[in-house]
Amino acid sequence: MTPLSGYLLVSALLFCIGLAGALTRRNAIMVLIGIELMLNAANLNFIAFWRFSEHPETQTGLMFALFSIAIAAAEAAVGLALSITIYRHFRTANVDKVKDMKG
Amino acid sequence: MTLPFAIIAGLTVGSAIAAMSLRNLVHCALSLVLTFAGLAGLYLQLNAEFVGFTQILVYVGAVSILIVFAILLTRSTEPKDEPTTVTPWVGISVAVGAFLTMALAVLASPVGKRIAAPAPEVSVKTLGQKLMTDYVLPLEVMALLLTAAMLGAVIIAMKDKEGSR
Repeated sequence: MTPLSGYLLVSALLFCIGLAGALTRRNAIMVLIGIELMLNAANLNFIAFWRFSEHPETQTGLMFALFSIAIAAAEAAVGLALSITIYRHFRTANVDKVKDMKG
Repeated sequence: MTLPFAIIAGLTVGSAIAAMSLRNLVHCALSLVLTFAGLAGLYLQLNAEFVGFTQILVYVGAVSILIVFAILLTRSTEPKDEPTTVTPWVGISVAVGAFLTMALAVLASPVGKRIAAPAPEVSVKTLGQKLMTDYVLPLEVMALLLTAAMLGAVIIAMKDKEGSR
């Protein structure tokens, strides 16, 4: 069986890939995809720590991951609706060109 | 490190890199589906069957369809833009620094060498009973949040009629 550090390293890699994408990509939807990847990495951590904990029968990590998935779904729906509205308003999905509120 | 874990982990990480670096947005979304499926495989390996199937239903099924819809609806008519910032190395170095910090912490910690206890008995029945007893308040709050988010998404993305505002 793989030790806990294997799962933690995969999760850290996913988080950092998502972070790099969210910081470098200019399309609003790609930024959202990067955030989704980071949320998924956090979920993997919850499940891994639950499985390797001393009392896995309490199922706390599972519950947290389930709630986190539901919140991520809500976040994705609102975020994508926002990016569609931004596209309609500015005729672009490039977050660098949306700077009407820049002081 | 077992062979199935290595295969699934490699697939997940590789498709995540592809999802973040490809130029065509539709290809990015398809790689993202592969990443989500790989994560579901990792959950199944960790004996979290219900969460694994939830991941498939919610992410592979719903969220990726939503992302594909958003990509197609916002497909740019303007000439091809530069997909990244002018200085992508700043973001990449921040991410690499974060990864090195986390990896060093994981490798130095004694917790990382822990081997799993025998697989716990987790049935959907016990999960449901927990949701209806210990976690009933978070469950209700979650239902409210999902309803509010759905209404909000519809209202935000609704086409405003001429002169209605």
